[in-house]
Amino acid sequence: MSTATIPRPSKPWGVNFKQTIPDLVAAVLTVLITFAIVAYTPMKGKLAFVVVLFLVALVASAAISGIRRDRKAALNSVSTVMVYVAGLFVILPLGSILFEIIKRGIGGLSLGIFTTDMAVTASDAPLNEGGLLHAVVGTLYIVLIASVISVPIGILTALYLTEIKGKAAGTVRFFVQAMSGIPSIVAGLFIYAVWMIAFGNQYSAFAGAMALALLMIPTVARTSEEVLKLIPSDLREAGLAMGGTQWRTVAMIVIPAAQSGLITAVILGVARVAGETAPLLLTMGGADALNLNPFDGNSSAIPFYVWKNFLLGTETAVDRAWSGVLVLMIIVLIFFSLTRFISGRKGRV
Amino acid sequence: MSTTAPTLPPKRVITTKPRFSDKVFRAVVTGGGFSSLIILGLISLFLLYNGLNVFRTEGLKFITGFDWIVPLPEEGLPAQYGIGAMLYGTVVIGLIALFFAFPISVGAALFLSYYAPNWLKKPMVLVIDVMAAIPSIVFGLWGFFVLMPHAEYWAKLIHKYLGFIPIFDMPANAFSRSPFIAGLVLAIMIIPIITSISREIFAQTPLDRIQAAYALGATKWSMIKTVVFPYGRGGVVGGAMLGLGRAIGETVAVYTVLNIVFDIRIEVLLSAGGSVASMIVNKFGEANPDELKALMASGFVLFLVTLLINFLANFIINRTARE
Repeated sequence: MSTATIPRPSKPWGVNFKQTIPDLVAAVLTVLITFAIVAYTPMKGKLAFVVVLFLVALVASAAISGIRRDRKAALNSVSTVMVYVAGLFVILPLGSILFEIIKRGIGGLSLGIFTTDMAVTASDAPLNEGGLLHAVVGTLYIVLIASVISVPIGILTALYLTEIKGKAAGTVRFFVQAMSGIPSIVAGLFIYAVWMIAFGNQYSAFAGAMALALLMIPTVARTSEEVLKLIPSDLREAGLAMGGTQWRTVAMIVIPAAQSGLITAVILGVARVAGETAPLLLTMGGADALNLNPFDGNSSAIPFYVWKNFLLGTETAVDRAWSGVLVLMIIVLIFFSLTRFISGRKGRV
Repeated sequence: MSTTAPTLPPKRVITTKPRFSDKVFRAVVTGGGFSSLIILGLISLFLLYNGLNVFRTEGLKFITGFDWIVPLPEEGLPAQYGIGAMLYGTVVIGLIALFFAFPISVGAALFLSYYAPNWLKKPMVLVIDVMAAIPSIVFGLWGFFVLMPHAEYWAKLIHKYLGFIPIFDMPANAFSRSPFIAGLVLAIMIIPIITSISREIFAQTPLDRIQAAYALGATKWSMIKTVVFPYGRGGVVGGAMLGLGRAIGETVAVYTVLNIVFDIRIEVLLSAGGSVASMIVNKFGEANPDELKALMASGFVLFLVTLLINFLANFIINRTARE
């Protein structure tokens, strides 16, 4: 009854513990030397520690590889350290931003702010007075109207690129790409020039929504195009072989097959414009009171609310601005996770 | 049994003539497809039309001059509009942003493509996507209240040790709201763009060449230097230009962290800078109809510049991606 000992699969090429000892010693030494330098020279503080650690790590890794192997290996070690630091630098700001938003915004957050507006609240009133109901309603309006305007145009553009594939498809694709780079302030100026100056209208949520629609079209069009490209052409050919016209094939086969992807495109577009501020500053007027009519009169949106309170500058106004930012980030992140959820659930499109 | 000759059914007409419904469908879709061209055309038309008077009266001085003087009506003096200082300031903060963002983004893209352990790749791509989705006003507030105190300290250090270089000189003790700080905020905003485009380009490097480099005994860095960089150079440059385009057009985040002054200063640490986009928001509130026209003209210049940069960037990226 002797159990046969099954040999564990060995990896002779793998790095064993003995070979990592020099690296570990070097890492510990690096940190110790850094502490020593920070302690015995005038360089003090967290910033100095980080900078010195980075420099010592660079020198140490270069020296070790250089001594053990050659100059090429030293260069490789240096670049490895730098690439890891670059990776770290990308993550750090997001961590800081999310942490600060929650820390500074949570204080002004309560259910009450979703039921009142700022119509009768002074800028230095305590945080439990007033709220951002008017801004939430405004954001809801402009995002809805912007979607209604931009989604058909965006999807039609994508259909033109994937279904009709006309002679101008390359040009159209190029211009859609360029359009996604329009500064948001220019979209605001354009709507101001058309809607206010040429047609003589006043500030309204609708004007803001039109500016946002301009910014939303390229996002919707490009994402929809990616999605429609993934629909196998077998499906289209099957539809045509059954005697369907192109219109019927697209409407009854291609679009239903791409449904979840197209919804993702719309939500991505919404996430793109929900936090836009600059075009709203030129088109919406920025009210403090709730305005239920999106086609007439000054109205507000959450980014505008944040902006106004930031410019007021009093202590409570700044706290309100941070609460607004927190609400805005929650909304954007909800939309963002929705896109992940929808496109992840189906697995294919 | 009588036999009748079978009558042949009439020949089926096969035609490629599209049905009426298809004609309508194709017309509607083509119309929608061209909307982006139409919108871009309308934007330039309306901004140019509104700004035309200013272009006429100011001429080339609108681009090169740096006075923005709006006299009171009772003074009866002619107004002066020149965005030279703002254009200069825009370029300066854009370049500062690229100076910080470009190495970090390329490094991060390399990290994601060739260095990161597998379990880390997905969360890090998620982090970059979330960063790209953060609204600019959030960056603005964060930049003003969180980053600025630190950045002022860094600026003082730079001035203390590198002050002999003219651009780090300080005529006055005012370190806040400088082009340096605006550039830092913009750098953080454009890092996700450059990183994700560089990563896409790096992912297209042919695997056989990478393995060939390793087989010849190359270290990871030699492989990157000899295979990845030559292959993806164009795409990375295009990505950087897209980032620059975003930085130039950014309005709100720059406005919050930059003190806008109509003057050309080479000292980047000093609290005085310019940005065309932020200037428009800055002046818009109390602009008279005449000044509004000048703002439209500025918007037109901004629109042209960003459109040009985007055209060029997309051209380079598409060409690299196709090869």
